[in-house]
Formats: sequence, C-alpha cells, structure tokens
Amino acid sequence: MSRPRTLLLAALALCAAGSVFSGSINPYYHDILIMIGINILLAASLNLIIGHTGQFSLGHAGFMAVGAYSSAWITIAWGASAGWLAYLSALFAGGVAAAAAGLAVGVPSLRLRGDYLAIVTLGFGEIIKGVIQNAEPLGAQRGLGGMAQHTNFFWTFACVALAIYGITTLVHSTYGSGFLAVRDDEIAAEAMGINTTKYKVLAFVIGAFVAGIAGGLYAHFKQFIHPEGFSFLRSVDIVVMVILGGMGSTAGVCLAAVVLTVLPEFLRSVSDYPWLPAPVRELAENRMILYSILIVVLMLTRPQGLFGKLDFGRKKP
Amino acid sequence: MLVSAVCLPGIFAAISAEPILVGEVASLTGASASFGQSSHEGTELAVAEINAAGGVLGRPILLITEDDQSQAGQPATIVRKLISQDKVVAVLGEVASSKSLEAAPICQQNKIPMITPASTNPKVTEVGDHIFRICFIDPFQGTVCSKFAREMGWKKVAVLTDVKQDYSVGLTECFMRDFTANGGEIVKEQKFSSGDKDFKPQLTSIKAARPDAVFVPGYYAEVPLIAKQARLLGIKIPFLGGDGWVGDSLLKVAGSALDGSFFSAHFSSEDQSPKVRNFVETFRAKYGGMPDDMAALGYDSAMILAAAIRAACTTDPAALRDAIAATKDHDGVTGRISLDERRNASKPAVILTIRDGGFHFVKKVEP
Amino acid sequence: MIEFLQQLVNGLSQGAIYALIALGYTMVFGVLRFINFAHGDIYMIGAFAGFYSAPKLLALAGGGPSFAGAALVLVAAMALCAAAGVLIERVCYRPLRAQPRLTVLIAAIGVSLLLENGGQFAFGADPQAFPEIIADSAIDLPASWGEFSLLTITVGQVIVLGSTAVLLLALRAVVLHTRTGMAMRALSLNPLAASLMGVNTDAVVSFTFAVGSAMAGAAGILTAIQQPSIDPLMGINAGLKAFVAAVLGGIGNIPGAALGGVLIGILEALVVGYISPTYRDPIVFAVLIVVLLVRPSGLLGKPEREKV
Repeated sequence: MSRPRTLLLAALALCAAGSVFSGSINPYYHDILIMIGINILLAASLNLIIGHTGQFSLGHAGFMAVGAYSSAWITIAWGASAGWLAYLSALFAGGVAAAAAGLAVGVPSLRLRGDYLAIVTLGFGEIIKGVIQNAEPLGAQRGLGGMAQHTNFFWTFACVALAIYGITTLVHSTYGSGFLAVRDDEIAAEAMGINTTKYKVLAFVIGAFVAGIAGGLYAHFKQFIHPEGFSFLRSVDIVVMVILGGMGSTAGVCLAAVVLTVLPEFLRSVSDYPWLPAPVRELAENRMILYSILIVVLMLTRPQGLFGKLDFGRKKP
Repeated sequence: MLVSAVCLPGIFAAISAEPILVGEVASLTGASASFGQSSHEGTELAVAEINAAGGVLGRPILLITEDDQSQAGQPATIVRKLISQDKVVAVLGEVASSKSLEAAPICQQNKIPMITPASTNPKVTEVGDHIFRICFIDPFQGTVCSKFAREMGWKKVAVLTDVKQDYSVGLTECFMRDFTANGGEIVKEQKFSSGDKDFKPQLTSIKAARPDAVFVPGYYAEVPLIAKQARLLGIKIPFLGGDGWVGDSLLKVAGSALDGSFFSAHFSSEDQSPKVRNFVETFRAKYGGMPDDMAALGYDSAMILAAAIRAACTTDPAALRDAIAATKDHDGVTGRISLDERRNASKPAVILTIRDGGFHFVKKVEP
Repeated sequence: MIEFLQQLVNGLSQGAIYALIALGYTMVFGVLRFINFAHGDIYMIGAFAGFYSAPKLLALAGGGPSFAGAALVLVAAMALCAAAGVLIERVCYRPLRAQPRLTVLIAAIGVSLLLENGGQFAFGADPQAFPEIIADSAIDLPASWGEFSLLTITVGQVIVLGSTAVLLLALRAVVLHTRTGMAMRALSLNPLAASLMGVNTDAVVSFTFAVGSAMAGAAGILTAIQQPSIDPLMGINAGLKAFVAAVLGGIGNIPGAALGGVLIGILEALVVGYISPTYRDPIVFAVLIVVLLVRPSGLLGKPEREKV
C-alpha cells in the first residue's frame, strides 16, 4: 500500500475515533472545529484552481452556495425521514450541481486570463447569488431553513481527508503535472502537447465539486442559509486563506484555513478577559481591523505565504 | 421585597451573589449596526437599572454581548459560544429576522430561552417553544398601516418595497391585501434593494401613476434618500412606512423631505406616562441622544427576562421558559405586553408623523 | 417615452460616478497591471473628507451652500484622496512590486478591509447625513419643449455630469500632452523599455495613484451631493460596479473606463425601472460576461498578444 493511501486510512480512522469524543466537547469548540473543516475544504479546492493551475477565481462562494442550496433543498424535500443516507446523497448531489456550475465557469476561462478571468468568476458568483435571491422555492431573500443537523465531526473530517487525499494524489501524479504546467507556462505547456483547455476546465470542475460538498456540510450544520452568506466577501475570505497559506502548497493552505478560522474567535475571547489591560481588550474587540492589518503585514513580510512551500506527501528536497 | 422573600433560592443566592449570566447577540458593526447598537444600549440600560435596584433573586445580571458584524454565519457560532462557553441562562437578540432565524435553532436545541426584541418575521418564533418575541409581527403592522391609509382617505397608493428585506416584502403583502380588500387601489408596485442609493428610476415610474400616497416599508438608511429624491422629482404626496424608518440618521439625512409623512412604530418618546418619561430621561443621561424603538424594545426584552427570572424564582432554563411564556400585561415602555400561545407579543402600535425635525405622536392602534 | 428618457437621464448621472471611479482602476492597471482593490474605499474616504471639511470650507466661502463652497470641498476631498492613494501605494504596494501580482492583490484586499473596518471605527457604522454644500433642486425646463419639459433634471445631476466631463477632458489633456502623461503611456506599453529610457517609474506610479484617487474622491463628493447619506461601507458596491465598468470598457483604456461607466449606469437604471432591482446585479454581470466572451479585451481594449 502506498504511503498516501496509508495516511488516508489513518486519517479516516482518526475521524472515527474523534467522532466518539466529539459529543463530549464544548459545542462552541465543536462549532469552530466544523468551521475549520469546511474552510479547509474551501481553501484546498480553491488552491487547486489558483495555486496549482494558476487560474485566478473570485467566485468560490458561488460554488459553495450551489452545493449548500441544492443539498438543503434535497433533504428538505426528503422530509423528516431523511437519514444519513439521504444526507450523503444530498451532499454528493450538491457537489455535482456545483461541479456543473464549475463547468459553466471553466468554459469562458478558455478565452480569458488573469484579471479578466477574475472578474468573470466574480460575476458568476454574483449571478448565482442573484438567481438564489429571486428563487422562491429556495427562500429567496428570506433564506432557507429547516434542514436537520446532519453534519458532524466524522462526516466533515472524512470529507476533508478524502478531498485532500484526492487533490494531493491528483496533483502529484504524472497526469496531474499538467495542472502545474498550465500554471507555470501555458504556452510552453501547449507546445509540449498538453491539452491546457482540459486541465483548466478540470480544475474548475473538481474545485467546484469540493466547494459544493463544503456548502452542503455548512447548510446541514448551521441549519439556516441566506444568500448574503455567499457574497463576494466570502470568496475573498477563501482567496486570502489560499494566498496566506502559500499558493500551491496544500498543507500551507490548510494551516492558513485553521489559523484564519480560529483567530477571530480567539480575539473574541480575548476581549472577555477582564484582567487584560483595557487597550488590549479594545483592540481585540475591533478584531476586523486587526485582521486586515495582519493581512497587509503578512503580505509585506512573507509574500510567499505564511507556510511557504510546505506540502503533503512530499519529502523535503 | 415581598416577592423575593417568597423565593427561597433567592435568599441563598443573595449570600453568594454570583451574577446571573445573560447572553446578547447584536450587530454592533456592519450593515445593520444602527439597530444593533440601539437595542444594545436599551438592553444595557435595563440591566444597569436592574442591578442598581439590587439585581434579581439577590444576584446581579451580567450581560455578555457578542457582535455578529451583521454577517450571516456568525449568530449561530456566537449563540453556541454564549450557551456552552459562558453558560448563559437566556439569550437576548437579534434584531434582524434573518439573524434571529440562524440563532433560534441553536437555542431551541439547547433548551435555552431566547427573546428577540425586534424580529418581526412570523417564522422566527415558529422555530420552537423556547423562542419568544416582544414586538408585534409584520402582518399586524401591515394591517395597521393600511387601516391608517384608509382613514386618511387615500384611495390610490403606490408601494415601493425593499425586496432584499423579508420584513419589507411581508409588510407590503399584508398592506396590499388589506388595502385592496377594503376598496383601495394599488396603482404602482416598485422595488428596490437595501444598499441602493439612487431611486430616481423607481420614483419616475411612481410619479407617472399619480398616487395619493406612497407606502415605503423600508429602512432608515434608504427611506430619507427616497424621500429627498422624490421631492426633487416633484413628488409632493406623503409617504407611509413601518418601524424600519426609526433610526438616528433618518431625520438628519431627510432634512424636511419627510415632513408630513407617517409611519407605524413600537413606541413614542412623547408618551407622557411616568414609565416612558423615566426611560427617556435615564437613556438621555447615559447615551446623550433620544432613545428610539430599538432601544425601547431592547430595554423591554431585558426587563421581561428579569421579571420572568423573578417569577420563576430560579434561573433554571426550563422554569425560566415557562415564566417567560406566562408573561401577561407586562408594563413596558413599548406598551402593555402579553405573550400569546405562539410566543408572539400582543401589544399596541403607534402611528407617528414627522414634523419640524422630530417624530410626533398621532394615535395608538390596539391589536 | 418620457419615462424612458427620464430613466436614461437617471442612468447617465449614476454612470458618470462609475466612470470617475473606473478611471482609477484603469489607470493603475495600465501602469502596474494590478487591480487596486482598495480603490472603491478611497471613494468612501473622499465622501468623508467632504463630510468633515464642509462646515469649515463653506464658512470660508461665505457660509451657506454655494458653488464656491462646493468647489472648495471638492478640491479638498480630491487632494486628501490623492495623498491617501500615494501613501497607500508607497507603504503597501511598492515593496511588493517585484512579487507576483496576486500578492499585491491580497495586500490591496487587506487595505480595503482596513479602510472599511477602520472607517466603521473612526466614523461610526451608522450612515451620516452629508451637509448640503450646494442646493439641489429640480430645474424648470421651458414649456416650449413640449413633452420634454416634463423631464426632471436636477442641479445635482447637471453638476455631476459637468464636473465629470471637465475632469475627463483634463485627464485626457494630461495623459496626451504632458511629459508625465507620456511617461505613463510609455510605462503601460513596456515598463522595462520605459525605465531604460529614463522614465522614473516610482514617480510616475505615485502620480498615477494621485490622479486616480483624486478622481475617486471627486466621485465621492459628487455622489454625496445627490445622495446625501454616506457610510463607511459605501465603497464596496460602487467600487465593484466601477471595476466592472473598467473591465467592460477594456481595462487599461481611459476612454473605455468612461464608456463602461456610462453604459453600466444606464443599464442599471433600465433594469431597475423596467424589470426589478433584484435582477440588476445578475444582469450587469451577465452582460459583462457576454461582452468579454465576444471581445475578450473589453469594448475598447486592444487584444493583447501573448508573447513567447
């Protein structure tokens, strides 16, 4: 058995073991843990598009929305009898729906690059949000609620393990080196006989699929979704995770997702400690200011990302 | 004194005087910060008054407030934190219905009572038997506005709805149903989205329909701009709206453009009852400005919770839930509040008019 | 018919605002090839600069709303925004110039978030009433115009369109007929060759940021004259639409930015007036995508050849 596969099985076993204890941990920490898992999925999938394939995308929250809404719609339609099987098929269907949206975005990417692609992906994200806002069956502006809380520690981190395993093995395979070739030099890649079109569309489709799964997990965790939760600012959050983690470094991006999920909550608790000096608490209360300063400072001091070239499944050269 | 003497646990608690923890989730920053800050100030004032009077059951109330930045996804996390980390006995908030709808399932699952001061969407309290509201709901307010419009003798009304806000859509539906059922005519339906700044396109087509009045159930951020631009376009008829109009910036931005317009609200600071006078005075002393509806509702939500804790003689959430559900004829600053079996408040609305840069009381509409 | 014309007028005055903001995006992109995400927030800073300076400047111009007072406020806001733009470039973007463009983009996103959140902290999250710096009223059109006299054109709209036209012409003159303008064009054509020919890259970039930010500051004031309610998050939507306008017109192309802004403004007014505001953003973006699929470099942009 190859090393990555052993790691995957170990990770899945860890998820199962962890889920035994997840009931006894503080629900607030449990909430943060699940959000970490969801953000890792989003960041790792966007990393495939931006980091590995070099296609700048600003519409990732749109894919997440497609996954969230389609899976929620399915389990709601299923009714009260919806068990874990219904939930898993809804998750998968959400992923497929998002992948279809990814295909729709990937095709224009054949003609556009760089900043034009960025604005088109941003546009697609806004169009998806706009369609939901006008769709009565999806709750339109009211938001959609009534899903049962199916998402738990096990399903979230099993998805994380599978997605990271899938993305890492794909990118490191002979076949997958085409992604990196497209990123590094599209023209040279094409001259070498690599079908750049296929790779670009594939990156969008796979990335969107994983983001759709993340959306489904989110919908069945928060139990209420609203179009505003999938705005362009949410996409920016995910992009920041990818860049801070170091583009193309899956492990770095996952770490960044962890840090950026925990940090705001940590700052929230800092402001609760009365023994801290008042200026520190005041600063922590304005944690969004701190967060934005952090982004700028990190870019200035570590432009290669927080965790540089850290990666899964690769020994140091 | 007599009441607390009956409560035995209260006497024991008075010895330890450990604070009663109450959570509050509010939008202190972001798009709906104005409402969130107002209701927070009202809540804070109520808690300060309760504690100055010796607290409840001999224990002070400690309010733990978390800001959700007006962002979707935050309220659920915050409520989990308040319940599991801080171990609050009840949750106050949110103002916006879409945020309350996110927080409510968590409170319901954890069997912690939640009182929203101002979420008027009927769906909020339908989440479960631990979710309460102390404001009236959208259908009632829509009907109140329609009734008032008919009393004013308006036959043809145009509506301008904020389609991004369920509140606005709900109010419009109820208004139109009641108004047309009673012989009125809706001559134009136009829409906008909150965050818009330019309303001339919609107003242009409203003007062409020549209505007697325009019903704008929007929020304080857009309504004054709508009024200003309407006056520029030569629309001189009055506007009519709901409690979303109430906000610090409404009059500052509108100038005189809203003079002669009407809206329904929860509370009038011109009310001469000693209770309201006292509230207005202490609020002004503490925060400077005049309290608005959201501040009054925030105040009442904390007061109703405190009364329920007193009545239950305990902070046990199950007993507390029953005590809140039994709230009857609570004498609040927003009127006499009773909670019905669906955990909604039955209480009067007031109609206010705008004149000389201030809100003035016109009439009270009983449910 | 008259309603349609009125929608065109409304759309045009909104489009002029988008055009002014879009200029900043397009100029910065022209010389540095990167999207200055914080540009929309400079527009917000412009509005708040006017908000705080207006009472003093109006008093200086003789109290009360007046043309002179409004002009002073406009110039003050433009100057402050120019300084802010230069400062942001100097501190946050210049050290990253050798880095991949994505790095700078994230830094720009950070600056944008900082301005929005810092703005909420410093100015308060509530909308503020912008002081009346010039009396906005409807202009009486002569009755001899027949049906057209029913059109409503406001003083504010005329000022917005007039100022935008003046600023655009001034910018055109600078870019085409001054040495700095020539250096800007050289830099956008070929940065390496330009610097070899003695163009002082840093100075030109600073100048570009100054001019672009001043335009955004002007847009902030002009918006506030018509819509006197300003808040720290007002730059998000306006910035996004202006960005779309810049890309639609062909990013890097100055007339394209102006054209894109006007087209987006009119499109929005028509969608809102005749369909529904909920479809405004989806339709704007759908039109943009269709245009880009047909003309990948925007309406006026020159197709770029990828060099091997």
